[in-house]
Amino acid sequence: MKHHLLSSADLTREDALLVLDTAAELLSLSDRPIKKLPTLRGRTVVNLFFEDSTRTRISFEAAAKRLSADVINFSAKGSSVSKGESLKDTALTLEAMGADAVVIRHSASGAPHRLANSGWVRSSVVNAGDGTHEHPTQALLDAFTMRRHLGDLDGRRVTIVGDVLHSRVARSNALLLSTLGADVTLVAPPTLLPVGVDTWPVQTSYELDSALDKCDAVMMLRVQAERMDAAFFPSAREYSRRYGLDDRRFRRLQEHAIVMHPGPMNRGMEISADVADSARSVIVEQVTNGVAVRMAVLYLLLGGADLSRTDPPDFDPPKAEVVS
Amino acid sequence: MSSASRSRVPTPAFREVLDASDIARALTRIAHEILERNKGSAGVILLGIPTRGVPLATRIAAVMAGVEGVEIATGSLDITMYRDDLRLHPARALEPTDIPTGGIDDATVVLVDDVLFSGRTIRAALDALNDVGRPAAVQLAVLVDRGHRQLPIRADFVGKNLPTSLSETVQVRLREYDDKDAVMISISDASGSR
Repeated sequence: MKHHLLSSADLTREDALLVLDTAAELLSLSDRPIKKLPTLRGRTVVNLFFEDSTRTRISFEAAAKRLSADVINFSAKGSSVSKGESLKDTALTLEAMGADAVVIRHSASGAPHRLANSGWVRSSVVNAGDGTHEHPTQALLDAFTMRRHLGDLDGRRVTIVGDVLHSRVARSNALLLSTLGADVTLVAPPTLLPVGVDTWPVQTSYELDSALDKCDAVMMLRVQAERMDAAFFPSAREYSRRYGLDDRRFRRLQEHAIVMHPGPMNRGMEISADVADSARSVIVEQVTNGVAVRMAVLYLLLGGADLSRTDPPDFDPPKAEVVS
Repeated sequence: MSSASRSRVPTPAFREVLDASDIARALTRIAHEILERNKGSAGVILLGIPTRGVPLATRIAAVMAGVEGVEIATGSLDITMYRDDLRLHPARALEPTDIPTGGIDDATVVLVDDVLFSGRTIRAALDALNDVGRPAAVQLAVLVDRGHRQLPIRADFVGKNLPTSLSETVQVRLREYDDKDAVMISISDASGSR
């Protein structure tokens, strides 16, 4: 593995399979009386969350704690960020505190990349979602969940439906699943497909029904109203009718096909309540698997000797004038 | 041998110390010793340490089952996350941990490994076991004890005591993973590069 996990595109097929296989072994830990391993004792993981999150932050926190790492949670609210502190000064503070890994969520696409490559910190950087760009650990846990239900993903058909334009989950999944050999189809209204989607390793469609028949997994995305600054579709009702997974569409799916959603769900909008609660919905399982996958990522990044862990060429140790 | 030491990365020449029938006899003896020590197989669980401890545990359990006429619980215990040298190597892939249903509480756990050397693997295994449950007793069976302990650990059941020098390498080959059953030792080299 590399020193950072910034994008699904950084993962080779071997890297991705190593993470997924490691996570499979770590999943059995949740059945044990003592759900803890001593592996990262004495290491510090900082959860640096500039954007609201429930499941991702808790998931990373649980993963780090189960590996016995010390966890420092940082959220922008109630920190010096609200006083105007820059990402750089926050990063220098973390470096001075000796963080071994920084898990960062930021509303700006590319913030984790900046943190990893600026020379501000020596720690491993894990992207926990940046703007509308990527969310690689979500893609890994989605692939992990699919593998548990469908086996090898080579040649499997995955349909991702909804607000692809604002979805970092869709991009990370498209990249990772194609690395793992799956055929990905993105379904969205034309206004919600990003520019340049033709260069992605996927097929696209504006019409949901035809994409459902042969797929092995269907992933519904949340309509991200908070990122929408314009009208992307006429009305919620029309969106739901054309792109929502309701009972009628659910019955079209193959017997073994699974229904996924990265959460949080808007029940009644992109997915009906009955479908979300059905036996073939793996939405709750995705959360459980998330902890195992994030443990695998933290273990592989921090657990061993890091042969690449030399100071970056432009690394300048933080000076004493770090803002507190 | 002199030609081997002249090449930059010498491929060590190996000498066979135990062949397939020697290994079979040793495992049969260990199986009987385990039964003798524990007065039967009641409450005995065999846990192999991956990779080669696992098939050894399965083979010993098969012999024990043949003698006792009951199935012997076996499993595997991965110790990767408990190693004390994790930070000296790149992160390793994990091996399966498979604890028999019913757990290990109040059972007699026999750890099975191929080679006992520094004792650090067994220390890690004891730590791992501690997180899985609380066995009534823990015993250790190894196919080869090559000496050079770095911790106060000894085996209860030993297939073969093999005096070695630190520059030698001991290799256990098993049908499940290799071409044949054999225990090999590198022919010691005067230049002695590990």
